[in-house]
Amino acid sequence: MARTAKTRHKVLMTAAAWLSGLLIFFPILWMLLTSFKTELRAVSTPPSFLLFHWTLENYASVLQRSAYLHYALNSVITAGGSTLIALLLGVPAAWSMAFSATARTRSILLWMLSTKMMPPVAVLVPIYLIYRDLGLLDSKAGLVLILCLGNLPLAIWMLFSYFKEIPKDILEAARVDGAGVGRELIHVLLPMALPGLASTSLLSLILAWNESFWTLNLSTSSAAPLTTFIASYSSPEGLFWAKLSAASTLAIAPILVLGWLSQRQLVRGLTFGAVK
Amino acid sequence: MSTRQTQAVARILLTPAVALLLIWMIVPLALTAYFSTLHYSLLDPVSERFIGTANFRYFLTDPAFLASLRNTLVLVGSVLGLTITLGIPLAHLLDQPVFGRSLVRLLVIAPFFVMPTVSALVWKNLLMNPVSGLFAWIATLFGAAPVDWFTSHALLAIVLIVSWQWLPFATLILLTALQSLDQEQKEAAEMDGAGPLSTFTHITLPHLARPITVVILIETIFLLTIFAEIFVTTGGGPGLETTNIAFLIYSQALIQFDVGSASAGGLVAVVIANVVAFFLLRIVGRNLEA
Repeated sequence: MARTAKTRHKVLMTAAAWLSGLLIFFPILWMLLTSFKTELRAVSTPPSFLLFHWTLENYASVLQRSAYLHYALNSVITAGGSTLIALLLGVPAAWSMAFSATARTRSILLWMLSTKMMPPVAVLVPIYLIYRDLGLLDSKAGLVLILCLGNLPLAIWMLFSYFKEIPKDILEAARVDGAGVGRELIHVLLPMALPGLASTSLLSLILAWNESFWTLNLSTSSAAPLTTFIASYSSPEGLFWAKLSAASTLAIAPILVLGWLSQRQLVRGLTFGAVK
Repeated sequence: MSTRQTQAVARILLTPAVALLLIWMIVPLALTAYFSTLHYSLLDPVSERFIGTANFRYFLTDPAFLASLRNTLVLVGSVLGLTITLGIPLAHLLDQPVFGRSLVRLLVIAPFFVMPTVSALVWKNLLMNPVSGLFAWIATLFGAAPVDWFTSHALLAIVLIVSWQWLPFATLILLTALQSLDQEQKEAAEMDGAGPLSTFTHITLPHLARPITVVILIETIFLLTIFAEIFVTTGGGPGLETTNIAFLIYSQALIQFDVGSASAGGLVAVVIANVVAFFLLRIVGRNLEA
């Protein structure tokens, strides 16, 4: 009898969990469905859920007429480039602090984190003017730089917490065997830190891909990534819901997949190791 | 000898990152501080001159500042309240051994990965549009009049969109914390005759105190500077109804081209953010020693 009560409890919980999950996911699902409707169908009431004429015309038109690929490529370059540079700067820094900690390491780490707490809008004016004077407005290099600066503290923190878990004995053994610092870094540390490196890059990619303060303010067309491109649908004359949905689906799909893959490591990165 | 060498190498490896962040932290902020003392308009750059604290007086006494401060507080407070009160039961639900748990988890965290411009426009048009939006249709099913969200409840609409984006974050962190809660402790409490409610209030909730604090602080840092969601939906309106401090500074800088006043506003934003940052860094720092 206790067993049936337990099963009933599990079924009830399952129903509640799935109901909440579907409710939360619904806006994304609705966007996906709308992307396969005709523009007319997309705005008609009562709305149709599954029984409508499915069409790919929105995807075709977004890909052909709106230079979608140009913006997607910009997203790949700026998010990818900023992640790569953040790793190139972050790995040596985190390695240095994890394995040759000094009295100041703790304050340096906290100070790095504090740069993340400066509201970006506080430096909008100087950054905008500096970028204007250096010709960096609407340039991919400018976006890579600013996105990299935003992700660097997070990357260092995350890498640091992973490096900390590598036993020091292993490094010392390598040192006794006569491996130099460079070889130590590449042959001993990197393979062990690979999972941490992977999740750090994923988080950095996700955040840079979705960053919407600097990208909206510093890019208009030639360097504009997908965030800026989607924002152009907000003008009244740009309100084609089915096409907006198709463009949005294309814009979020790759990052949604990456996010799902990295979800287990995400908490650690997002809370700076405060919750593991 | 080898340690001294290692330490020298370590310092060299650390330098580029530190130098870059140091420049990033000091130069723009120093410029903001400098601009904030100037009468400086991009439309009329020749009239640039030192005016002391006049920009601060102008910014702080501007009715728009009080309105935007109020909107910022409402926005941050409501989103925090919604994401935590919904996040706790949701995390609890996902902690149960339900069928297809990992799939449900994927559904729940998905909104966090959607870029802000997409979330805002999908909600504004596909869901909240008063004529063809899904919510309007649902309202008419129940015989109610559709709500014109962005005309009559604009700030609430923004709150709902932003809460939807941040609910996964709160849930995921609380879930991680729940999973680290000692199962034996819970079972012992149950054996001693504690009901599910008292187990929750006496064991689970105290255990969640720290993760909840972390969620509050981190969300606050991001929520203080919500921008894209306002930019693509309301543009701060109607009137000043959805203008928060971040959007006010943006509009003074890049719409009215008033560099001086926007910079003064920027420094005010830094002060507000620092209050929050102070507490967050203390919590994170304490964890670092452990």
